Parts: sequence; structure tokens; C-alpha cells
Amino acid sequence: MKKQFPLAIVFIAGMIFIVQFFSPAFTPIQERFTHWYIVVAVFAFVLGLANLTRLNLQKIHRQQEGWIYSIPLLIGLAGMALCSFIFGIEEGPFVWLFNNMMLPMSATMFSLLAFFVASASYRAFRARHKEAVMLLVAAVIVMLGQVPIGSAGFMEHLRLSDITQWIMAYPNMAGQRAIMIGAALGVVAISLRILLGIERAYLGED
Amino acid sequence: MEIANIPFWDFFGVWVAALLTLFIFSFLYKDNPFYKFAEHLFVGISAGYFVGYYYYNVLLPNFWEPFYYQGRYEYLIAVILGITILFRLSRKQAWVSRFGFAFVIGCGAGINFIAYLQSNALAQIYGTITPLVSLVSGEGGILVDWKNTVFNLVAIIGVCSALTYFYFSKPHKGFLGGVARLGIWFLMISFGASFGYTVMARISLLIGRMHFLIFDWIETTINVINGNIAIGSTF
Repeated sequence: MKKQFPLAIVFIAGMIFIVQFFSPAFTPIQERFTHWYIVVAVFAFVLGLANLTRLNLQKIHRQQEGWIYSIPLLIGLAGMALCSFIFGIEEGPFVWLFNNMMLPMSATMFSLLAFFVASASYRAFRARHKEAVMLLVAAVIVMLGQVPIGSAGFMEHLRLSDITQWIMAYPNMAGQRAIMIGAALGVVAISLRILLGIERAYLGED
Repeated sequence: MEIANIPFWDFFGVWVAALLTLFIFSFLYKDNPFYKFAEHLFVGISAGYFVGYYYYNVLLPNFWEPFYYQGRYEYLIAVILGITILFRLSRKQAWVSRFGFAFVIGCGAGINFIAYLQSNALAQIYGTITPLVSLVSGEGGILVDWKNTVFNLVAIIGVCSALTYFYFSKPHKGFLGGVARLGIWFLMISFGASFGYTVMARISLLIGRMHFLIFDWIETTINVINGNIAIGSTF
């Protein structure tokens, strides 16, 4: 019951999605499973949310190091959630909080990486061997090709923006395509292992 | 001269956004309480955002509408499976969560099996199969388009050699080693291009934040102080 039943659920749920691809008779049940899948996946988010809340409440209760920062976290969480339930998500405080808090903080967090990328570039771009030189040259051309100097007409038939386009369309595409094909074969293999019950890590411990 | 008007909550929002932006940028000096405050607030706000998002965009259309308005009570099975997931919070009853997770993982595996095989494996192989010699019809009959031919060859050789690099069943020696080495070159160019693109995306975000601080925050505030912009009472 504890192990065999979940394995049966995995097999049946997964096979419905695969079999419906070959037989339209299974399409209605696949559509129903898709709706259920979305609903059940939301509960996984609820689990994360409950864990986040519990951990931060514990932190405050036990006054662990940095507990004071759990207060804005919980206030932000509760405030945003309540605003969505009371005023909806199309307008009002929810949109205000999104535009003036979440969006700027998200953009700033990611823009911080621009500074750290500088030090990462220094390490990555030390041209110690042929492969590193190729990485360096490709990155520099692509970076310069996207700014105005890259499309400046100092070389009529060989603009950096054109070279960037060519790199993106051919050598880069070739590398990305190989990675995608490799990753896809990996996903197919691991999906099969899960469906056949060979991969059971998700069951956890007894 | 007509004085422009800015709603109070818009002006207040700009100040809140500007202060939070500066709090996060303060991390560039060192980890400090202002950054930690903004970081934790960001986590809370983001989690709260997804509560609203999932409730309105996922639960209502995918569960409540079919269940309540269409009387499709079998949708309760999904909720029961979902509730089993929450048992993971209990140490003794954690095993019950396997049912919900099994359904999610089973569906995910089934969906990915087909989706990845179709869009990432077969479609990419199909896209790679291009003419080795590209022909065009011109005034003198059918001619070889050398430019496209070379470009197609680069793409085909690139994909095949990079795939050879991922083939680990035989040692990379001799001819196989040479092809794998060529594959590494293509992969390095690909990584370099991706790196360049990522750097430029981050720089673009940084410019956006600087533009916001200088024009939306400082300039607007100076205009309000100078009386060029009036703060309204509307939302």
C-alpha cells in the first residue's frame, strides 16, 4: 500500500499521457488528468508556503539569529495574499504592491548580477587555452554586437552586429541544438525510469 | 503654465520602489540590514503574489468552475490528492504525501516524455537535416548558393561534433577524439554567446534601474519640490 500504490499511480498517470498520443480514445481522460495535475501541483506550492511560514514563525518564536527579518517576510506574504483575496489581482493594492515593490526588487536583484558577472568574466575570459579563447571571442563579439558601436558602419560589409547574428544563427545554434537533443534524450530516459518504477527517489524514506 | 499632476499613491510608490532599489544595491558595499530587509520582503511579497496568482488563474478555472458550476464532483479527487501532499509536513504521516506526489510525478513524466521527444529531440534533428549543397535558380540556370552551403555545413558539422562530445561509450581518442574536440569548440562558442547575451541582459536591467532612479525618482521629486508637479489626492 505504502509503496506499490504510489508506483501504480505514477505508471497509470504517465501512461495515459503517452497512450493518448497514439489513440484519441484516451484524450478525454488525458484532458481531465491535465486539469487534476494543475490542481494537485498547486498543493505542492501550498506545501512550500506552509513550510516557509512555519519556519519563519519558529524563527521568530525561538528568536533565532536574524529573526527580525522574518517579520517583513511574513507581513509581505500575508499582505500580498490578503490584498489579492479582498481586492482581486486585476487592480487595487495588489497591482500597486506588484508594480512598486515586487517588480523593482526583482529587476534590481537581477541587475545586481551585472556587477558580479564582471568578476566572473575576469576568471572565465583568461585566455589560457584554445577553448577559452573561443569563449572569449564569441562573448566579446556578441556583447559588442548588441550595442550601437557594433552596428556602426566603420567596416561596411563586416559589422559586429552581423557577425553576432551569424554566430547566434549557426555555431551557437549548433551547440545549443546538441545540448537540447542530449538533454531531451536524458529526460526521456529518466521519464521511462520513473514510469517503470526503477527510479523511486521521490518516494522518500520509509 | 499648466502644472502637471501626479496621484499621491503613484508618487509614494516611486519612493517605495526607489528606497527598495537602493536597499538592494547596498549589497554591493557589503551584506547589511537594509539588504536583508529588502531580500526577506522580496521573498514574502513574491510568495504572496503567487498565492493570488494560483488562486485566480489556476484553482478557480481548473477546480472551482467545473466542480461548483458544472457539478463535476470527480474533481474532488484532485483536491484529495492535493491534500495528501500536505501530509509531508507531518513526520509520522509523511508517507501519505506519496499519493499526491506520485500523481504529479507520473503526469510530469508522461507529459515530458512526449514533449521533449517531440520538441527537443525530433524537431531539433529535423531542423538539422538541411541540404548539404544549397541550390538557387538564377539567369544561368540552377546555381550553387555557396554562402548558404557553407553555413548549412557549419550547422550540421557543429551539431554532429557536439553530439559526439556527449558520447561517452567509447574513449575520445583518434578520429572520435578529433571530432569531439571540434564539438568542444562549438560548445565553447555557444557558451560564450550565451554568456554575452546574459551579460547584456543584466546590463540592460541595470540601465533600467538607473533610469528609474534618475528620471522617475530624483527628477520627479525635484519637480514636486520646485512646484512643477502637484501631488494629487486620487489613486
